[in-house]
Amino acid sequence: MEYDNPIDPLENYQNTRKKIGYVERSQATEADYQRIGFKSGLEVHQQLKTQEKLFCHCPAGIYHSNEDYDAEVIRHMRPTLSELGEYDGTALMEYKTRKQIIYRINNQTACTYEIDDTPPFKMDQEALEIALDISLQCNLNIVGEVHITRKQYLDGSIPTGFQRTAIIGVEGELPLTSKKVRLIQLSLEEDSCREISDIRHTRIFKTDRLGMPLIETVTYPDMFTPDELREAADYIRFLNRSTGKVRTGIGSGREDVNVSCRGGTRVELKGLAHNKWIPELSHNEAFRQWALLYIKDQLNSQVSDPDQWQMQHQTIDPRQQGFDDGLLEQAVKGNEKIVAILLPGFRGILSHFTQPGKVFGDELEDRLKVIACLERPNMSHCEELQPRLSQQTHQGLRQLLGGGPNDAHLVLWGPEEDIPTALETVDERCRMAFSEVPRETRKTFPDGTTVFERVLPGPDRMYPDTDSAPIPLDKKYIEQRRRQLPDQIIERYHQLQQWKVPEDTYHYIFSRDRFPLIKEITEMGFEGKFVGTFIGQTLKFVEGHYPPHPDFAPNKIRDLFFFIREKQLNREIAKKMLPFLYTQPHMNFEQILEQIHYNPVRKEKILEQLPRLHQEFSRIRHHQNSHAEVDWIMGQLHNQAIGNIPMNELRAEIEKYQ
Amino acid sequence: MASDKETHQGYRGEALELLKRFNIRVWSEVNIQTTRGHFEGKVLPRSENDDDKHLVLKIPTGYNVGIDTDTIKDMEETGFEKAEYKIPEQEFPYSEELPNVKLFGTGGTIASRLDYRTGAVIPAFSPGELYGAVPELADVCNLTTEKVFAVFSENMGPSQYIQLAQAIGKEIENGIQGIIIGHGTDTLHHTASALTFMVQNSPVPIILVGSQRSSDRPSSDAALNLIHSAYAAGHSDIAEVMVCMFGPTSDEYGFLHRGTRVRKMHSSYRSTFRTIGDIPLATVTKDQVNPIKNDYKPRRNDRQVRILPYFEEKVTILYYYPNMQPDIIDALVDLGYKGIVIAGTGLGHVNKPVYPALKRAVDKGVHVYMTVQTLWGFVHMFVYDTGRDLMDLGVIPAENMLPEVAYIKLGWALGQTTDREEVKKLMLTPINDEITQKEPYNGYLIYQGGVPEVEAFIRKHHK
Repeated sequence: MEYDNPIDPLENYQNTRKKIGYVERSQATEADYQRIGFKSGLEVHQQLKTQEKLFCHCPAGIYHSNEDYDAEVIRHMRPTLSELGEYDGTALMEYKTRKQIIYRINNQTACTYEIDDTPPFKMDQEALEIALDISLQCNLNIVGEVHITRKQYLDGSIPTGFQRTAIIGVEGELPLTSKKVRLIQLSLEEDSCREISDIRHTRIFKTDRLGMPLIETVTYPDMFTPDELREAADYIRFLNRSTGKVRTGIGSGREDVNVSCRGGTRVELKGLAHNKWIPELSHNEAFRQWALLYIKDQLNSQVSDPDQWQMQHQTIDPRQQGFDDGLLEQAVKGNEKIVAILLPGFRGILSHFTQPGKVFGDELEDRLKVIACLERPNMSHCEELQPRLSQQTHQGLRQLLGGGPNDAHLVLWGPEEDIPTALETVDERCRMAFSEVPRETRKTFPDGTTVFERVLPGPDRMYPDTDSAPIPLDKKYIEQRRRQLPDQIIERYHQLQQWKVPEDTYHYIFSRDRFPLIKEITEMGFEGKFVGTFIGQTLKFVEGHYPPHPDFAPNKIRDLFFFIREKQLNREIAKKMLPFLYTQPHMNFEQILEQIHYNPVRKEKILEQLPRLHQEFSRIRHHQNSHAEVDWIMGQLHNQAIGNIPMNELRAEIEKYQ
Repeated sequence: MASDKETHQGYRGEALELLKRFNIRVWSEVNIQTTRGHFEGKVLPRSENDDDKHLVLKIPTGYNVGIDTDTIKDMEETGFEKAEYKIPEQEFPYSEELPNVKLFGTGGTIASRLDYRTGAVIPAFSPGELYGAVPELADVCNLTTEKVFAVFSENMGPSQYIQLAQAIGKEIENGIQGIIIGHGTDTLHHTASALTFMVQNSPVPIILVGSQRSSDRPSSDAALNLIHSAYAAGHSDIAEVMVCMFGPTSDEYGFLHRGTRVRKMHSSYRSTFRTIGDIPLATVTKDQVNPIKNDYKPRRNDRQVRILPYFEEKVTILYYYPNMQPDIIDALVDLGYKGIVIAGTGLGHVNKPVYPALKRAVDKGVHVYMTVQTLWGFVHMFVYDTGRDLMDLGVIPAENMLPEVAYIKLGWALGQTTDREEVKKLMLTPINDEITQKEPYNGYLIYQGGVPEVEAFIRKHHK
């Protein structure tokens, strides 16, 4: 049969992208999200700042490099039933992958508990208290008794095969600027291992992070645009951090984002370390699902009886059958089995747009990697945007398979023992394309795209922890914790936002309870953004870099600003004065001014010097960059300007003079 | 009408009253109004050991929470669905080429499910259930099962040993090619030595197996132990009573330990069973048995097994400690004990003040044997005067028999005779290496962590 009327993959990709109405995130409007029925919710993970891990006495928060380990332990995972008598779908998928899992253990951060050779010790009281405090701040209904539940994870990220996790509260709400976001629950759980590598059937983890206490705050799917989602994520992160009892830094807060579009399904984007990635990723995921719905319609129109649909496959021998393509050659050399598969009625599907730069064919490749453990590249199909095999090879394959004009095909390769799973995987994904958007968790990338990670688990993977007793939370204890909570934290948060104080200062401000000081200074007439930044950055810096004096108290800063206002000094001088105030709090402000060589100079007097400096610079300049001149003149005037003219005003004046 | 026990499984006192008042059963879907807000979910059974002040609820996300009964204002049943907890049962396939293996159940946690009454796990056991949970078994043997009794490991005792020995004898006569005994791990080594003495000259392997992590968890050692033991039972050439448990804590291979030299050495490690004072018989994987020792008793085709189901229960182990008072020994004698195994210090010693009590015991016909609480090494009572004095009193050194093994053997021997010389002969004639001629140099290897060469070894080889 002739390979006639072949599809142009790139053209098809672009056409389908247009057809589904994909818009770039920067162009998208609320109407776009309404059109596709964007819906999303969050699972915000936050490590707690405790001395010890949650269920053993190993120290929390110490990390090792991949090679820094004392011993290795191997485990395999097999699924078990939940207490309601069901096997979980994810569990079965993970079991299919038959992974050998290796744990690297460092004696400093792991004991026999981490590798499941000892039952859990009592739950860390410090962690429970922090989780309770945060639950109270989220207005959650606090449980009467904390039950430790096992949540099955067969990917090996936890050596027991389950995570010990416990609900502290359910049904709360958080006030965002525009709306209220409802919370489903907050749980306290142990963190998982960090993955070192995952190649073929071997996955390697390290156990340093394993068992560190973590809370997970879960929202209802109440966010209808990526921006709302981001705001909710920021808010929850802030709320957690405002306690001053959570860890900060890379990996200490991670978000899972649940996204669906109208007619789609809940897909979980896993482990976003940065909230700034949330909008792009959730946007693309909603459109990926939207695209899969179009694919579903197209397939159902191209295949007359979907129930009867069957792929056909045959093993090929490229040497005998004359396919001399490099990739196939390589597979032959690696002793791999090569199978060609015909997908009847799939014309135009494999190159159908799914995500920016990605097509439906990629969904197959991703699953082959994860489920059948075939390293990429593991397949090639007839509609690739960047063809891996020559057109001639594809033509030959099509002929061999007896493919017609409405069909598509692919060829995959891998070790013989993995081929049955590989075929099952392709068959399963293709069948799902006729009827549904698969429930998945997906791994995220900074470019805004995602790949399949595993089948989305359901409640069937939960069962009670028989190794630990329930912990009652009595009324007295809860009330005692409630009384200790800082009040009005939400108002304060909104106030800082309104002032446009940079978010990275919030943690410091709230954990040290500096908000009242900021407020007091602003009430003297100073700008909120300046004061917030001064406290959140300058004071924090000084505290971190200068030796503390026992007599320094933050309310001296209030006096400092009072002095600046009375003397009508420029506010910038506070930054110069603070180190002296901090290290020698008994010095009076006049003395400090002397120490920093402050001279009162009128603004005009400073600006008068500009022509001279301009001339001088043109004499010494050695390149044409105009910044260089502004910077040089700023440098010359800096000491005089401090306290006399705001730096930004001075810069503007210099620039004006260019 | 269903009883309280069924409809309110595990609830008592306040919590039970509350459930009754609002007409709520276990497995009810409920809406609960409390002073802490609204909760919904399914009422689960409560563990009997927990208090009567909380209800257990499975909330829609699958988690369990407890609700304080004092906070409950109102409850309403919105549905009811009882959970059926069942391992999918599939018929165990039969294959002509594979050996027939019998699995005896004793109540251990080889395959198990959750018991709401205690919150603990109870065994799932039929071949179909086992096949559903561990399908690999079908590649190894044709498995049939029989539940001999169901007791926890710590409740195993002489009557169970005897029942088991008789059941094994019958199976062997019927032509079975290998026997597995599922057993809790705590007293696995006691049962292993009891069966060594009670089932002699077996033509087929008799393998005791358990699990250190119950099979309701994904990383359990149960499945692999079961596969290893099924393979060894069906295919191994070693026809002895053995214990088959993890070699390293990693999921790599198992050991076959001789039933008289094995001991549980860690309260929770997977690799808890070790051969003491010797090396294990073999390593086992899911498709191979590699003998380490070659002086084992090989598999035979005959059915000439001897069942010797005897046991005298009035036997005890006395673990010696400094300042032990003689009245303890007097009390044992007065209570009618017929045999005492002492786990002595060092080479087999106790302090002088108990000598008169020991003499009185021996004079009253009590059989007193000396073992060492160091576990490794022989009793050597000639080295010091104290040892010689003890022997003069009639205390008999039991060589390098492990204290637990000596206890089991003395019970077994006294079940047959009370004649001092006869008992002594039975005790000191090894049946299967409970006393060995020598201790090999690598029979005692407890390396200490922290030493560079040991650390290097641990890093290189999976523990």
